[in-house]
Amino acid sequence: MTPHKAAEPITGAQSIVKTLEALGVDVLFGIPGGMILPTYDPLFASKRLRHILVRHEQGAGHAASGYARATGRVGVCMVTSGPGATNLVTALADATMDSVPVVAITGQVPTTSIGTDAFQESDIVGATMPVTKHSFMVTDADKIPETLAAAFHIASTGRPGAVLVDVPKSSQVAETTFNWPANMDLPGYKPTIRPHAKQVRAAAARLAQARRPVILAGGGTVIAGAGRELTELVELTGIPVVTTLMGLGAVSDLHPQHLGMPGMHGTVAAVAALQRADLIFAIGCRFDDRLTGRLSSFAPHAAIVHADIDPAEIGKNKAVDVPIVGDAKEILKALIEQLTERYASQPQADLTAWWRQINHWRGSYPLGYPEPSDGRLAPQHVIQRIAALAGPDAVFASGVGQHQMWSAQFLTFTQPRQWLNSGGLGTMGYGVPAAMGAKVGRPDAPVWAIDGDGCFQMTGQEIVTCALNSIPIKVAIINNSSLGMVRQWQTLFYGSRYSNTDLHTGSDDQLIPDFVKLAEACGCVGLRCERPEDVDSTIHKANEINDLPVVIDFQVSRDAMVWPMVAAGASNDDIQYARGLAPQWEAE
Amino acid sequence: MTLHTLSVLVENKPGVLTRVAALFARRSFNIESLAVGPTEREDISRITVVADVQDAPLEQITKQLHKLINVIKIVELETDASVQRELLLVKVRAKAEVRGQVIEIADLFRARIVDVATDSLVIEATGPGSKLSALLSLLEPFGIREMVKSGIVGIARGPKTLTDRAVDRQAR
Repeated sequence: MTPHKAAEPITGAQSIVKTLEALGVDVLFGIPGGMILPTYDPLFASKRLRHILVRHEQGAGHAASGYARATGRVGVCMVTSGPGATNLVTALADATMDSVPVVAITGQVPTTSIGTDAFQESDIVGATMPVTKHSFMVTDADKIPETLAAAFHIASTGRPGAVLVDVPKSSQVAETTFNWPANMDLPGYKPTIRPHAKQVRAAAARLAQARRPVILAGGGTVIAGAGRELTELVELTGIPVVTTLMGLGAVSDLHPQHLGMPGMHGTVAAVAALQRADLIFAIGCRFDDRLTGRLSSFAPHAAIVHADIDPAEIGKNKAVDVPIVGDAKEILKALIEQLTERYASQPQADLTAWWRQINHWRGSYPLGYPEPSDGRLAPQHVIQRIAALAGPDAVFASGVGQHQMWSAQFLTFTQPRQWLNSGGLGTMGYGVPAAMGAKVGRPDAPVWAIDGDGCFQMTGQEIVTCALNSIPIKVAIINNSSLGMVRQWQTLFYGSRYSNTDLHTGSDDQLIPDFVKLAEACGCVGLRCERPEDVDSTIHKANEINDLPVVIDFQVSRDAMVWPMVAAGASNDDIQYARGLAPQWEAE
Repeated sequence: MTLHTLSVLVENKPGVLTRVAALFARRSFNIESLAVGPTEREDISRITVVADVQDAPLEQITKQLHKLINVIKIVELETDASVQRELLLVKVRAKAEVRGQVIEIADLFRARIVDVATDSLVIEATGPGSKLSALLSLLEPFGIREMVKSGIVGIARGPKTLTDRAVDRQAR
């Protein structure tokens, strides 16, 4: 037997870089530090990998997530051990909650020091176990290629999520060889992709026979790239569709059968349709509490067909009549085929009466807002104008709070992967770094962060990263000088006692910080808009700047509230479309 | 109380037991007993978990366990289709005048005396939980000084094996 020509010996660190290149990675976000330094050296030499030096590890994680959400590819971040790794935990929890494929590489103290409470040692595998899809520690440098390959595979297949790979310094400096392609050994990991035909048939029969059906599409349809199939099903059946916060864009907001977003701040039509439905076909969603309101009174008349790639989501919150496990795109294709066959002999049940009722809700309770009485900007108007002027291909990232909900309501999403937000974990500060990641992944698309004044102060320092790395995002700060959503709850449920929600960022207040000056200090263009008549011209001005990040301080009314609203823990039947105003439900 | 016994085949890798135990804690499921050990295959370990749950949460536990990357196979061991045993070591107060009675009780349960001292005995017994409870309640009046149980381990009756089933599944 002729002996194999031995591969050239390299270091573990070089093996990490070569593996990332082989996996097709083009960009990673991170910050170096002692225990990841060996890897930053060959990274410096790589011609294929672009490293973007962020200003805080949380920013690296959200940027990787924004990149992943906007492109559909795995987002990668790299940080050092100890505090570098623990700073990443929020971003990993966020990505896992929202099923975003992110791989995090963390440095670790050498294996001989593990367990000694060494300088900058943290048990990051232990700390992230409950908030990642999986995690690895690579103590043998020879296993670097296969471990990273497995991490990418796990992060991006099945229900995606964050995967952490912890690499002790000893593995980075050890001598090894690079063998590619790597053999993955994952005997316990076999996501179900193709749905069971019998279940699909049962779902088709239910859909065809229901008199008051609703299609409920979640983030899973976006992840699966199933927007076209979903729209096809909607049109084939004539059934109304609602898209959850994570599913926005899966079906165009402009589609006549789209009733908007359901849930705590959903449209009256979307919420009411689910409450009155006799059948809900839920796909790629998880019936979370913000969607269902009080679970016991959610959609009380509806049979539930629940399709998801994660079997653990089926029946977790809401009891299910027809479960389907599989990839959303595969399920929709199979369902369309079944229904087309069925329609040849039996027509779809008549939905005229159902649509009449829905159109009545749509006509009587459209989304709207009152003009603020304090003369300041209406935040909803600002967001509507951004949507109108940003162009149809713009990508929007948001933080968490009122501005997030107004964005969900008043931006117009016409395609999947246009909307990035922190739906599950509700991470304030997601917006700016996520927008940065999205812009890196899709440099030709206009990318806007619709942020809050509170959120911006949590992660806004990443505009420095944007300024220095030619990442010209636009940040619209919907500045109501307060932690707006918390303030709204204080107004409604705590007798208007505004405990610790005043941020003093208003121009009629202390204007601290002054976001315009701050933007300029960070190498960005800063603009301020205080009058309704200046909204359009300010947005135009921002649109004309394509070489620098732009931060716009929109001084909006702090009394504006997000409506409609279902109070936490209340039934969706008790939705109010404005304070104290509930829809008139007609006798059925 | 509704007890269910789950046999979980896992990859023999560091941290797997932590993942399984942490999952139960994180999802607020109660573990009644947990035993882990090697199997006939070096690369696979077997965890036997007894959980006190109703049927619906049991399904959720099983599904969540399946999501752990290192979990290969899970089956519920039904009481009548499996053999389930636990090992008990119990140190009983037994001065010379009552030693005979204690030994007699141990014999009745086919338990063994594995240590004798002037005023105590260590009894080793195996069996299903109900048998061990009965033994303990008879020993109680003499004075139980110390007791340790292994946690239940179980195996399905009949020729089929759990590892075969796991490997079959992979081959498909």
